[in-house]
Amino acid sequence: MNRALTIGAVLSGAFALAALVSFIWVPYDVTGVDIGNRLKVPSMAHLLGTDHFGRDIFSMIMVGARTSIAVAVVAVGIGMLIGVPLGLAAAARKGSLMDELIMRGNDLVFAFPSLLIAIMITAVFGASAVNAIIAIGIFNIPVFARLVRGAALSLWTRDYVLAARVSGKGAARISFEHILPNVTNLLIVQGTIQFSLGILAEAGLSYVGLGAQPPTPSWGRMLAESQTMFSFAPHLAIFPGLAILLTVLGLNLMGDGLRDVLDPRLRRARR
Amino acid sequence: MLRFVLKRLLSLVLSLAVASVVIFLFVEVVPGDPAAYMLGMNAQEDTLNALREQLGLNGGLFERYASWVGGMLRGDFGTSYTYRTPVSEMIGERMWISLPLALFALALSTAIAFPAGIWAASKRGSFADVSVMSLTQLGVAIPNFWFAMLMVLVFAINLRWFSAGGFAGWDAGFWAAMKSLTLPAVALALPQASILARVMRSSLLDTLGEDYIRTARAKGLSRRQALWRHALRNALIPVLTIIGLQFSFLMAGAIIIENVFFLPGLGRLVFQSISARDLIVVESVVMLLVFAVIVVNFLVDIAYALVDPRLRVRA
Amino acid sequence: MSLLEIDGLNLEIHGTPILRDVSLTVEAGQIVGIIGESGSGKSMTAFSVMQILPDGGLASGTVRLSDHDMLALSEEALCKLRGNEVGMVFQEPMTALNPIQQIGAQVAETVLIHENVSRAEAYQRAREALNRCELPEDKFPMSRYPHELSGGQRQRVVIAMAIALQPKLLIADEPTTALDVTTQAEVLSLLKRLAREDGTGLMLITHDLAVVADMADHIVIMRNGEVVESGPCPALFDTMQHPYSQALLAVSDHQPSREEHVTQEPLLSVKGVVRDYALPRSKLFAEQEYFRAVKGVSFNIRRGESLGLVGESGCGKSTLTRAILGLEQVQEGSILLDGEEVFTGKQPNRAVRRKMQVVFQDPYGSFNPRWTVRRLVSEPFHLLDELPDREAAIAEALQSVGLVAADADKYIHEFSGGQRQRIAIARALIIKPELIILDEAVSALDVSIRAQILDLLADLGTRFGLTYLFISHDLSVVRNVCDRCLVMQNGEIVERGVTADIFERPQHAYTKQLIAAVPRLP
Repeated sequence: MNRALTIGAVLSGAFALAALVSFIWVPYDVTGVDIGNRLKVPSMAHLLGTDHFGRDIFSMIMVGARTSIAVAVVAVGIGMLIGVPLGLAAAARKGSLMDELIMRGNDLVFAFPSLLIAIMITAVFGASAVNAIIAIGIFNIPVFARLVRGAALSLWTRDYVLAARVSGKGAARISFEHILPNVTNLLIVQGTIQFSLGILAEAGLSYVGLGAQPPTPSWGRMLAESQTMFSFAPHLAIFPGLAILLTVLGLNLMGDGLRDVLDPRLRRARR
Repeated sequence: MLRFVLKRLLSLVLSLAVASVVIFLFVEVVPGDPAAYMLGMNAQEDTLNALREQLGLNGGLFERYASWVGGMLRGDFGTSYTYRTPVSEMIGERMWISLPLALFALALSTAIAFPAGIWAASKRGSFADVSVMSLTQLGVAIPNFWFAMLMVLVFAINLRWFSAGGFAGWDAGFWAAMKSLTLPAVALALPQASILARVMRSSLLDTLGEDYIRTARAKGLSRRQALWRHALRNALIPVLTIIGLQFSFLMAGAIIIENVFFLPGLGRLVFQSISARDLIVVESVVMLLVFAVIVVNFLVDIAYALVDPRLRVRA
Repeated sequence: MSLLEIDGLNLEIHGTPILRDVSLTVEAGQIVGIIGESGSGKSMTAFSVMQILPDGGLASGTVRLSDHDMLALSEEALCKLRGNEVGMVFQEPMTALNPIQQIGAQVAETVLIHENVSRAEAYQRAREALNRCELPEDKFPMSRYPHELSGGQRQRVVIAMAIALQPKLLIADEPTTALDVTTQAEVLSLLKRLAREDGTGLMLITHDLAVVADMADHIVIMRNGEVVESGPCPALFDTMQHPYSQALLAVSDHQPSREEHVTQEPLLSVKGVVRDYALPRSKLFAEQEYFRAVKGVSFNIRRGESLGLVGESGCGKSTLTRAILGLEQVQEGSILLDGEEVFTGKQPNRAVRRKMQVVFQDPYGSFNPRWTVRRLVSEPFHLLDELPDREAAIAEALQSVGLVAADADKYIHEFSGGQRQRIAIARALIIKPELIILDEAVSALDVSIRAQILDLLADLGTRFGLTYLFISHDLSVVRNVCDRCLVMQNGEIVERGVTADIFERPQHAYTKQLIAAVPRLP
């Protein structure tokens, strides 16, 4: 078993589990205010301490994992669902007007970093988790479209594609039967990376108030709220940040591990 | 080469045109009337009309677009509704914080990433390689605004080496100004340097496996010479792409980091304008940032062609 | 005292033995051919001499190059020898040069790295080396980049780099394998001339016995990391003892036995076919320009016949193949299979396509690595309207190519190159086509395996009454298996006729050149 993959899977699995468990159980309610217990340092009762409203940080991190993971998963989903077919189509009709339009469209989106898309969406429609998802999702589309197009172009020159054409198969069928299965490894690896980038982006957007709105807990906003109490209650800032760091680290390690595990077989099959 | 540059220049202008249309239409789809949106529910009819006049909302769609773009070409970005000052003036002031910040961060990230990536690749599998790779793994995962907060905690609150935020201003002297940009630039640069170092390393390792490196070694070059004379320049090609992409991340990242350090740059301006519903400012700043990203990518394309002679003919 | 003495050389890579007790010598001015199939260790022997082994490589024994004990020298000392006393030329000219450096600089580097001379002088010497490699200044200034040169020209640049300092030993590792046959002949004669002029020892590594036969003074045959036989050339060809050497010699000129089943009726008829490709526009508003890859080609294949189509890379044979297969539309002319158009309207004709299949060159790239053999082999069923008994058909196809029905559940990476080519033939056979197009189908195979596949094809041809169109750059293959032959150059067929006639009495200048360039066994 690959070590990076194991560590990564355990780390990101732990946060995914925390998010799932939070649906049925959290140590403390995160919506209530308990002024008597405010700004407690970590203790046995409150593992990671409490915030300025007396809410349990550990519970908030569990619930916040929900937001982060949901936003990132849906954003990666949008990117893949739209980007992959676009990439396949562009490669299947290389050099055509459609290819040109798709690629220029990609370039255009790349000129708008996800934060700018979020800013524009928020400026017009207001801040919300859904808008954050859309902004990150839009930014993911060209990432997957480019990746798939590049890989598919080299697959289209393979003799097995030619053999399929000789067997009378059309471009759509070939894309689906021959190209897609051979880019799935790449998609899994890139998906993990985009997932971790999505978590970072969501945290950034919530931090500046463009993401999830109160009362939905989110790691980024916990950090934003902690900033004013930073000098006397640093634990408020440290734990949510660590949660982001560890989740992203876990996902990246998993991506690297998957690449190592999936790639050699691909390479051996090729040569 | 000249034709290559002209061609790229043409596509730059096209990209800008399309981007401006997208931004313009986006603001156009604001539910209801932008003027009503800006002034809120209880606006008086005559104030609304005045604003509509000022925004040029009374013309046709094309006419409004033309006057917006025409204005920008003359350096006239309109007048901010909230601040009652020309947007170009506001942007001009704040650009002198945001642009140096992004460039400072880019320089830092490149200065860290190149040696680290080359060092790791040249000692593949060694302790040095493993440590650089582990550190960059952390650097990639760390949210830059959180890293910024930690730095404030250590260097500003505890050690008191830097101020926790604010900008000294260029009037206070170059070094004072740079000092107040240092923590933000480091926070911005660290994750980017980590990514860049990883790309540099893997790109260099890829090129070191190429046939022409073996040819160079057969000529009598040592590993080191082969790396510096043949592998490095070839490895730069993917690295340049990443540097180009990073610039847009730095611009976007700067928007967030400015908020951590209370720097009065474009980022602060955008958020203030969003809460003040000052669409003219948002629109102009977004356009300006997109402009910067597109221009940087144009420069990267030119750099490509300088590195790789094959591109000069193909394109 | 020999120039190069390899004695009892063993090599392990990450613990796997690659070379076992290899011994050979190269004298000054002598040309030594090292022959073996892929995996025989011939290239690793060369890398051991140069001491540029892959990571994890560990060599033991003795390698002496004019008094230097190569295995004992420090890396620094080795760098001084490489390029100076021993030069090396590699197999892949397309990737052997730094793509972003001018050729002059790359050749001059050999001089600059070893001798304390001015840049101007180094470039002067580089110019001389390029001239000696038949790259004259007026056509090949030193400011050229590799991508502006053809494969053969790039190989000459690599050779210029290797001989710039007139090393005592020149190692050429499959220097012509990637080149067309006429270019191969030119590069070989260049290497020979340079070695003779400078009195250089030349170690020529190849898989092709014929390449070394008329050029080497001495031959070493390797297999599985061991030297199986060696001796002076050409005397060795008469005295070969080892069964492997004899087998290698026998299959090099293998002639499969075939039974005639040719009829007069044409199966495929190609009439005045023209194929144009749109070129990228040179200027934004320039008129669209076209490249004519196939310029009005006509020929027939009779039912049961084996027709060879020979030409070098870029002659238009691949384009023609794609047109016959109905993958691309032609601009002029018609392609009829069994009297029906391959392309009707804008669509390829399914009913016609059913009657032909294809086998490609690369046994590794011809199969989707994620499919089972069952799915791979049955893919052409897509062309049928009513399906036969699937399992029975798959089993029959696999058995007819010498595999077993149980192989259907395996994946392609479980098979060797030769077995994969059998699977490719099974895929072509499964819908019982009449015409099978063999697009360089045996070019990537080692000679012994090539012979087996050619036998199989001959046998299947008789059993199923198949018609073959053999497309190849390799004339020796075509010579032994085809009834008639077409020679293609620059999109035109320049000569056609019965195979034996063409080979014995070529008429067209190009055909003569091609045939003369084919290396021959004594």
